[in-house]
Amino acid sequence: MEETTVLEVKDLAISFQTFEGVVKAVRGVEFMLKKGETLAIVGESGSGKSVSTKAINRLLPEKNTLIERGEVLFEGQDLLKLSEKDMQGIRGNDIAMIFQDPMTSLNPTMTVGKQIAEPIIAHKNVSKEEAKEKALELMDLVGIHHPKKSYKNYPHQFSGGMRQRVMIAIALACEPKILIADEPTTALDVTIQAQILDLMNKLKDELDTSIIFITHDLGVVAQMADRVAVMYAGQIVEIGTADEIFYNPMHPYTWGLLASMPTLDVDQKNLYTIPGSPPNLLHPPVGDAFAARNDYALAIDFQQEPEVFKVTDTHYAKTWLLHPDAPDVTPPLKVVRRKEKYEALFSVKMYANSTGGGINGG
Amino acid sequence: MKKYVGKRFLTAVPVLLMITIGAFIMINLAPGEPTDLYITPDATVQQVEATRRALGLDQPYPVQYIRWLGRAVTGDLGISFSTRYPVLPIIISRLGPTIVLMGTTLLFSYIVAIPLGIISARKQGTWVDTFLTGSAFVGVSIPNFFLGLGLIYIFAVQLNWFPTGGMQELGVDGSIFSVLRHLVLPVIVLSAFYIANMTRYMRATMIQVYGENYIRTATAKGLAQKVILTKHGIRNALIPVITIVGTDLPRLVGGAIVTEQIFQWPGLGRLTITAIQQRDLPILMAITILSAFVVLLANIFVDVMYAVVDPRIKYD
Ligand SMILES: Nc1ncnc2c1ncn2[C@@H]1O[C@H](COP(=O)(O)OP(=O)(O)OP(=O)(O)O)[C@@H](O)[C@H]1O
Ligand SMILES: [Mg+2]
Repeated sequence: MEETTVLEVKDLAISFQTFEGVVKAVRGVEFMLKKGETLAIVGESGSGKSVSTKAINRLLPEKNTLIERGEVLFEGQDLLKLSEKDMQGIRGNDIAMIFQDPMTSLNPTMTVGKQIAEPIIAHKNVSKEEAKEKALELMDLVGIHHPKKSYKNYPHQFSGGMRQRVMIAIALACEPKILIADEPTTALDVTIQAQILDLMNKLKDELDTSIIFITHDLGVVAQMADRVAVMYAGQIVEIGTADEIFYNPMHPYTWGLLASMPTLDVDQKNLYTIPGSPPNLLHPPVGDAFAARNDYALAIDFQQEPEVFKVTDTHYAKTWLLHPDAPDVTPPLKVVRRKEKYEALFSVKMYANSTGGGINGG
Repeated sequence: MKKYVGKRFLTAVPVLLMITIGAFIMINLAPGEPTDLYITPDATVQQVEATRRALGLDQPYPVQYIRWLGRAVTGDLGISFSTRYPVLPIIISRLGPTIVLMGTTLLFSYIVAIPLGIISARKQGTWVDTFLTGSAFVGVSIPNFFLGLGLIYIFAVQLNWFPTGGMQELGVDGSIFSVLRHLVLPVIVLSAFYIANMTRYMRATMIQVYGENYIRTATAKGLAQKVILTKHGIRNALIPVITIVGTDLPRLVGGAIVTEQIFQWPGLGRLTITAIQQRDLPILMAITILSAFVVLLANIFVDVMYAVVDPRIKYD
């Protein structure tokens, strides 16, 4: 299986100038995205998921944003160094985005058809009629009924779910190589959410688009992701394949997230929550940013930031627990159970691997 | 929509009635009597009485009002006390100059202010924005009479670029050019407030619109800044700005009174001042109805414009 990298984010650090001071929102984020895969980014509110991904498309407010260091490599060029004009040629064309709020993300004074046709006219060398034709096809593709009639409708005539379909049509209009979906279903109710996720999975397979999928919801991650990056306080603390993150997590923060994930067999009332709250990024703490909330914190966690340790070729975690000198700890019971399941699964996979195929990546 | 506008006019009838009653009471409450001006100091009591009877002022107030109303609904607005001419032709002759002055003022104001507001918003925080915001602050604060007298002193008296007042040269039949020359100073004076006010409003609305999610969507589509501004920014910013147009129109009626007086502009504003001084009740009543009507029209216009600009608004 040939796998090409479409995007590589290297050591990205971003801060914001605010009235209280400089907020270090993203502190050295690194990941890559392969052709056709879905990478999920999970983490608590304020962990820097939106900021890191908006930086890719350069959608952060110019006024108070400071890109301190890092590179965003797309097709051999660093997007952070492009002129605004060149960047416009990439936005919506190569890299498209869908946002959380379908109710407010569409222009209320423009017909939805025109809004879908707009990026085609901007990026492709086509006539207005061809753009309209393509927009009608897209509307059909994303499951908007009666495209011809709906073309002339305004956003307020659509439900939230339908508006998010319109947003997806806009995002896919130019068949982008990368689709960044920032909590696209958070504002929708459960059945609509399932429909939208199904649609995204279907379209991803059809168009071979790579997706970065941001969410709070680990259930959604399980449904969508090939790989998962876990963010905490502006850093990726663990990254791996979906199986590795769900069944063999290494970082205590990932343990906490998994333990607090509602499952069918657990009493909802006794659901675990990670104690405390994330650190104030005006003054990021010394050492491991998670240490203060971590039941498994070591002395060194309060003094020195952990290195990134490699678990497998695809699995990395930023915790001192993986240091050879670290004491052995037992993760929470729920996580241990998952690991047991994984080991059973993994032995099956090993067998599959030896007969061909393989899990690659980094 | 037609039905809606018709309904709006119908519901306005009682309001207009109340306004005429209010105006009638207030004019009569003011000290002094029309007769004071039309009789010589040595007139006898009988002569004064005769004048009062001739003007219909000997009747009780309610009777006077009903009589006025009865004639007004047939289109007869009465005879001016001071000139003894019918009111309607007087009003109509003064209407033209006022419409020219107000129309030019509004057009000029919006053509200047809307781009300034947009520039100010897009350059938020730069010295351009600071300068425009500062000027706008001065513009809304400065009184008309002060600005008017200042401009007359500098540009008419000292530099002699523009006439000090009037609408055309005396004795010459007004060419368009002459009228334009006479318009410059009064339009600048009247516009100062509207330009300043609209610039500030347009700026605030534009900043707010640019914070909306659909602008983020437009940016993420890879549209050029120009396209985002024209296709997504301005149209949405115009919706709240229409409200300002609705308040500008009636306010202009008041503003014109002072400005016309300063610049000797032969419009309704000056007529109002003379009519007040002369207690010319029929003229004042006519001007009152006219002003109320303008306000009413402005309100209906605004509501119709909302529906034109904003597809979410429908009247039926
Ligand atoms: N324009 C900005 N100015 C100042 N601070 C900002 C700005 N945008 C984001 N931040 C800060 O950066 C941090 C990371 O924000 P971000 O939006 O990336 O969080 P998130 O992980 O997407 O959270 P959520 O799940 O709530 O969307 C937060 O502390 C936020 O307050
Ligand atoms: Mg976010």
